[in-house]
Amino acid sequence: MANSDDVSKRLGEEMRAISVAQFFEKNKHLLGFDNLTRALLTSVKEAVDNSLDACEEADILPDISVQIQQVDASRYKMIVEDNGPGIIPNKVGEVFAKLLFGSKFQTFGGKQGRGQQGIGISAVVLYAQNTTGKPARIITKTKSAKQATVVEVKIDVMKNEPIILSQTTIDWKNEHGTRVEVELEAKYVEKKASVSEYLKETAIVNPHASIKFVDPKGNKEIFKRVTDDLPKKSEKMKPHPYGMELGTLERLLKVTSARTLSSFLTTEFDKVGGTTATEILKVAGLDPKIGPKFITIEQADKLIKAMHSAKIQSPSTNGLSPIGADILKKSLESEYKLDFACSVTRTPSVYKGNAFVVEVALGYGGELDIEGPISLFRFANRVPLLYQQGACALTKATTTTSWKNYGISQSGNNMPTGPLIVIVHVASVWAPFTSESKDAVASIPEIVKETKLALQECGRLLGVFIGKRNRSQMAAKKREMFKNYSIELARELSKITNQDEKTLLTKLLQIAEEMYKSGQLKPEEEEAQLAKIEKRKVGAFKKDKDEDGDDYE
Amino acid sequence: MNKKNSDKSVAEKIDDLAKDTVSSIESGNNPDVTFPLRGLSNVYFDETQKMVKLGDKTQTRNFFNVGQAKKFMQTFLVARVIKELVKENITAPIRSIYYNTKHTIGDTSEETWEDQSESDPIIEDLEITLGSLREELHVRAGQKGSMVGNLTIIDAGDTIDLRKMGSGGWSIPSIVEKDIIKFKECEADYILFIEKDTIWSRFNEDKFWKKNNCVIMHGGGQPPRGVRRLVRRMHDELKLPVYVLVDNDVYGLYIYSVIKQGSINLAFESERMAIPEARFVGLSSFDQEKYKLPKNVTLKLKDIDRKRISEVLAYPWFKKKQWQDELKHMVEKGVKLELEALSAKDFKFITEKYVPEKIKNKDWLV
Repeated sequence: MANSDDVSKRLGEEMRAISVAQFFEKNKHLLGFDNLTRALLTSVKEAVDNSLDACEEADILPDISVQIQQVDASRYKMIVEDNGPGIIPNKVGEVFAKLLFGSKFQTFGGKQGRGQQGIGISAVVLYAQNTTGKPARIITKTKSAKQATVVEVKIDVMKNEPIILSQTTIDWKNEHGTRVEVELEAKYVEKKASVSEYLKETAIVNPHASIKFVDPKGNKEIFKRVTDDLPKKSEKMKPHPYGMELGTLERLLKVTSARTLSSFLTTEFDKVGGTTATEILKVAGLDPKIGPKFITIEQADKLIKAMHSAKIQSPSTNGLSPIGADILKKSLESEYKLDFACSVTRTPSVYKGNAFVVEVALGYGGELDIEGPISLFRFANRVPLLYQQGACALTKATTTTSWKNYGISQSGNNMPTGPLIVIVHVASVWAPFTSESKDAVASIPEIVKETKLALQECGRLLGVFIGKRNRSQMAAKKREMFKNYSIELARELSKITNQDEKTLLTKLLQIAEEMYKSGQLKPEEEEAQLAKIEKRKVGAFKKDKDEDGDDYE
Repeated sequence: MNKKNSDKSVAEKIDDLAKDTVSSIESGNNPDVTFPLRGLSNVYFDETQKMVKLGDKTQTRNFFNVGQAKKFMQTFLVARVIKELVKENITAPIRSIYYNTKHTIGDTSEETWEDQSESDPIIEDLEITLGSLREELHVRAGQKGSMVGNLTIIDAGDTIDLRKMGSGGWSIPSIVEKDIIKFKECEADYILFIEKDTIWSRFNEDKFWKKNNCVIMHGGGQPPRGVRRLVRRMHDELKLPVYVLVDNDVYGLYIYSVIKQGSINLAFESERMAIPEARFVGLSSFDQEKYKLPKNVTLKLKDIDRKRISEVLAYPWFKKKQWQDELKHMVEKGVKLELEALSAKDFKFITEKYVPEKIKNKDWLV
């Protein structure tokens, strides 16, 4: 599992040795620019993530519009505009044209955020510049500014510094917000892993956002806002001792302002009070009064072992910001016509000192495709995971759930089939990914288990719905069957006895109605009996079949 | 249910059945028809008559019942067609009845019948419920089976010399009652009933019937009832003993049992068809050793054969020691033997030695 800290550190070190351009070229696959389709998707994702984060930070309900225009065969222009707080003009260069490595670089704790999952918008600017030579064009306006600032910016690939090509001001229709325009080598696809699909999924897990999309052909799509409640702001959380690793502890010991080991433990860590600190230090055999800066690596090692083995309360979960079961369900229903939807938000749980929470929503029937595998949408911290489905723990949890129990077809541990959408969202301060490209959640047993429990909880509700529906469909079918047989019977009896066919039929249907009412005829419960009869009529032996000869030719 | 009442015509009996149903519908009841139950659970072996007979268990079919509605409806579909046949005085093969009554139900995709195996039992149900013979219903089976021999008959008014039937023989019709088939004169001493047409052809080619003064016939595997009824009539009216020659497998032995004692499915017809005096001349499970047939002419028993053997062994009408020995020996050896296997000796072995010697030496099973 990649620890973001380590990655950031490594990336930082590499940076010193080579230019950003070289670095980018070398690490394209890690950054999500390894092919033309993905490059476009990553660009949209970075821009939209930025917009969503900016709006939430400023308590603004996001209105985001995304537009893709085709320039020539393999060249596209991406325009993303938001109603965020805007950027002060002299910060534009730094935001868009200096590669930073996520906000986690300086912190030891953390908060649940989208930023965990990308290198940032400046990578998009760099990619655009590398492939088309064109600068990014930014329009931004803060509420207090009279006019919007228009900046054309490139990255100095040797120094990792912005180059401002031009900076002007214009009148702008928006009160505040930011617009990014970049031109890049890309390939636009429809359907799977498309921009539209990505935005739709993003909309599902960001029900407070309104997202508009205009594709290269000029078709418009609007993903409407489902709730006016902004997500609860995730708070910065202190690290929990259980999740601590040696390298991180060493650095923390160096930068802490605590004077003694004892106060280091109580101030820098989650859920560590005086008693727990004393306990840990006793086990580690360290003097509580030592200054943290004087701890040797051997002592740090003892300390971390004691931290891992101590009995400490589970980490706080207030830093987590799940979407919420009701809103998730509403959101799903607003994107798809469904016959049934249900959702669940599990109570927070913990892996290795990291709090996480799993949410699942299921949508069934309606306009969904009856054939083929179900649609599984995976999300980590409100960001869709579009690649590496097979390697993802959320996929594993889905395929190892016994869907047959809930009326959904599945062979073995394969992806089930049928008109079903499964949404799995993991929210965590430290979402564990299989690799730095952050496409798949690592198979942490606790996460797989929680996901399965959530799927089962929803599955049971789905099973009840499907069962009920099957029974009522069956009952309707049986009624229809009795009616059809009655028509046949009335006709034959009428032919034999010369009685009036219509009178007979009316009478037969009356009898049926009375029997339904009195409960003497319960078509939905006789399915089992019918199955039994079907079974019984199978013949045994080929040569016996024509016993008595005249039965067959 | 209508009691067997031969005074009434078939058309009247069908009318009665339908009227009963109509009046129960008119009084607001779930209509029902009661049938004698057919199948293994309602047959017994009559030790005095030495036949498989139908028991007195019945089954009531209700219209408003998920599992029975369709069969109920089908019963009257067939009853109506039979009434029409009787009124117009024409006969129809059971397959034609199937086609005549096959149509799509309402605007569903469901058919009145999926295949003929559904309509045939309904005809048998009616036959037994109305207490009428198959021929009285004007229904006939497809015909199987041929016959030649020292015998002259009258078939639907045409005199037929069964000594002059060429290589194919006279084809046995499905209705062989006295009004259609009459025996004119007979010189034959016995009937040799052979399971298969191929072996029968061998016997006809060699003029076995001429040399041995007999009648030879086959029923094309399991004999249809026309064939069975004719053998029985010849046995009764011409006093001809019946010898049966079948493959040495459980199905062959069962064909012998059907001719001799009747069958499960048509147990209600045993009294008109079974011939308890019929004799089994072969092939026996002990013939391979007896005639020193090479091992490579045998066929290995399959699982399905063994399963069928154990079923047949349990039938009350298979309890005779020699019959049990035949089947048990077959299982012990693990092989079965076709009649054709005797060709390993010589093509004429079966006609010139095997059968004549068995009959001469009274080397048969009863």
